[in-house]
Amino acid sequence: MNFKNWTYLQRRIINWMAKIVLFLFTFLALLPLIMILFYVLRQGGNVLSWSFLTTLPGPTGSTGGMANSIVGSLVMVALASIVGIPLGIVSGVYLSEYGVGKTANILRFSLDLLTCVPSIIVGIFVYGIVVIRYGFSAYAGAFSLALIMLPIVARSSEEIFKLMPGHIREAGLALGLSRWRVILQILLPGCRKAVLTAIMLAVARIFGETAPLLFTALGNQFYARSLSQPTASMSVQIFNWARSGFADLEQQAWAGSFVLVTLILFMNLATRFLGRVRS
Amino acid sequence: MFLRYKRTCLAKIKALDLNPKLRNQRDQTQSLSPKKPKPPKKSEIHFADRAFYYGLKITSWGIIFLLLSMVVLIFKMSWPALHHFGFRFFFNTEWNSVTQEFGALALIHGTLFTSLGALILAVPVGVGVALFLNEIAPRRLAHALSFLIETLAAIPSVVYGFWGLFVLVPWLRQSLQPWLVDHFSWMPLFKGYPLGVGIMAASIVLAIMIVPTIASTCREVFRAIPQSHREAALALGATRWEMICLAVLKAGMSGVIGGIILGLGRALGETMAVTMVIGNRIELNWSLLAPAQTMASVLANQYAEADSDLHLSALTGVGLTLFAVSILVNGGARFVVWRIERKFRGAK
Amino acid sequence: MGVEEAQKNPVLRTDELQAYFGPFHAVKGVSVSIFPNQVIAVIGPSGCGKSTFIRCLNRLHEETPGAKVKGQVWLEGKDIYGKGVDPVLIRRRVGMVFQKPNPFPALSIFDNVAIGPKLMGLRRRALLEEKVEQSLKQAALWNEVKDKLNKLGTSLSGGQQQRLCIARALAINPPVILMDEPTSALDPISTARIEELVQELKNRVTVIMVTHNMQQASRISDKTGFFLLGSMIEYGDTVQVFTKPRDSRTEQYITGRFG
Repeated sequence: MNFKNWTYLQRRIINWMAKIVLFLFTFLALLPLIMILFYVLRQGGNVLSWSFLTTLPGPTGSTGGMANSIVGSLVMVALASIVGIPLGIVSGVYLSEYGVGKTANILRFSLDLLTCVPSIIVGIFVYGIVVIRYGFSAYAGAFSLALIMLPIVARSSEEIFKLMPGHIREAGLALGLSRWRVILQILLPGCRKAVLTAIMLAVARIFGETAPLLFTALGNQFYARSLSQPTASMSVQIFNWARSGFADLEQQAWAGSFVLVTLILFMNLATRFLGRVRS
Repeated sequence: MFLRYKRTCLAKIKALDLNPKLRNQRDQTQSLSPKKPKPPKKSEIHFADRAFYYGLKITSWGIIFLLLSMVVLIFKMSWPALHHFGFRFFFNTEWNSVTQEFGALALIHGTLFTSLGALILAVPVGVGVALFLNEIAPRRLAHALSFLIETLAAIPSVVYGFWGLFVLVPWLRQSLQPWLVDHFSWMPLFKGYPLGVGIMAASIVLAIMIVPTIASTCREVFRAIPQSHREAALALGATRWEMICLAVLKAGMSGVIGGIILGLGRALGETMAVTMVIGNRIELNWSLLAPAQTMASVLANQYAEADSDLHLSALTGVGLTLFAVSILVNGGARFVVWRIERKFRGAK
Repeated sequence: MGVEEAQKNPVLRTDELQAYFGPFHAVKGVSVSIFPNQVIAVIGPSGCGKSTFIRCLNRLHEETPGAKVKGQVWLEGKDIYGKGVDPVLIRRRVGMVFQKPNPFPALSIFDNVAIGPKLMGLRRRALLEEKVEQSLKQAALWNEVKDKLNKLGTSLSGGQQQRLCIARALAINPPVILMDEPTSALDPISTARIEELVQELKNRVTVIMVTHNMQQASRISDKTGFFLLGSMIEYGDTVQVFTKPRDSRTEQYITGRFG
């Protein structure tokens, strides 16, 4: 073949340029992450104090803390988890162990539908079904969070159970265990860690959810006296502070972001660690 | 003869007890069997199994019913507005709660415009990240960087919006946009005043948020391409970049498209970050500098404070539109990704 | 044979070639000279390093993460592991055919063959067409595909795909072609056609072929190398290796005592 030197040079240059451009793209993608973490740490770290975590927000225009929204978030996430996790695992078991046939396909389809629905639509649904009748409440907020978490838990636990090789189930059945015992005593304990990882990721995800809480739990300047009252949450509080227009409240929003981001990143790191232990 | 057989058996049993490894094995087999000394009757097992199965099935139908009721309820809630305005609802740019005139066109336009802008920014970056991590970076670096990219996906959207509002928007207002206005205001895309907030800010924030989605979908598809295709390209004397074009991008093209549509789906429904940086003005405007409103952001802004039933119903109608659009977009993406996966499973 | 060899220069010569996968020592010091216009069969039990060995000959081994190569390989008198040698240029001189047929999935039959010359800067359509036709003829595929050059390469049958891959490798005129168990994924009829083809190719190129199948090695090769645990135990004329092996382990393997 007539080999031309300039062609070779050209190819090498293009190769190098492509590599550099791809590297720059990667850097460009990570730049916002670095900037966000930097700003949240610097701005939030300045304001963050023990009293910020333990006091109520002050009246409009004056500083305070976010104790009520931390409590509110924890309560709603806990409520959502109590409903969403078992339901999610149950559907995961159903899909992986009895996952053929019409019911399973419809369920799978509905869960996929729910995954791709924007979270604010879930908020509208809960507004229509709960808030219109009973008003803004922690229940309504938790309900919407549970709906967001359900498909995540269900589909990831389905994948996890499917990874369990079939001969292990058969070994259980061959010992004379009935099917439900195989599922409850062999399958679930065997996948404990992986399922835990999936749950943690789902919980981390709903901790940061804001949109559906805007018109289900609304928000509150004080502690909610009961679960059927409007309840503050960290993400909505940050949103309100950020839009307040007061410089000191904006500072508080940075501190709130600091708390929220730390919490979520910590949970993500923990799942990483769990995953490593498993493998 | 028989005695010898008996002796060897006894010796084996003894060995079982003495050898800890074998003993463990035996204990495990014992502990695996049901703890009840008496096995339950056959019909009993049968009943329990059936009850368990039907329990699961009923729960599943409960979830399906819940989702069905979601679609029905949202449709029912938006019916008054859809009925009142008819098809005009989708072609009217006016949204005024004083005159009770509600049309969603400006909102649909805002959603599509910001999402399109985000895609234009995010697609090269997202695909580039996937290629860099999968095909170029050494394995350890790729591992660390992919962890960071996943972290990017974990940051809540309200924090993105907040950061956008206080870091990105001032920079746009003071540096980029005045320069654009000075040099490019002859283009309709860059007409207007450097406000900072607006479609441009929303597109940039959205782009940042969908890069991880695009990158991770693309990486998964690229990983499904058999290694031997890459080796075949290299063995022909292709450089790394030529190998990427030949074996990775060409083969993975439909997967890349799937990832892009998935990113689009995420951009369409994103609420908080957009609400904070878009400027919240319901106007149909073709300039990137103009403030606007998207379907999701109008819901976040007005839903809790809707002042009339028609207003609430119109807002729900916007929600219904958004619902339909995201289902269509996500369905398309899934179909494309599913097809490429099937193709490679067939090839292997 | 012996006299002929002395007159020619080896097309490929390895000198204490070592290859590693991370800590695993896959090829342990192989030195061999390979002369032009021969078919060389590389046999040995699975996992003995024979594939790794031929992947070192076109510097493809180093593309595997954690892989490392030591020693020298001389291709037409040049050390391909020498300083400043671009593997891209080496791979142009050494073609390769893989275990499973792997035509590029999104490319037509024509483009699959033309891609090598195209990469090297051949742009003229007429020249490309000529090159493609020539290569497909050499690979004994032309008559079957000449009417459907624009169809996808993956639309062909397995045996045709493998011949397409051979044509793809031939299109850049390499003096050496490596084949890594090219028939292990094919049916007996396709296998026979490929074997026939390899015999014909001998006039133009040197073929180094890894095979699991000892009948195949004895049928088509001039020289045979026997690998065991990363070392080349024996290398010599095929007839000699199969009838009067010098090493007892070769004999054991050939007579089926292990493998």
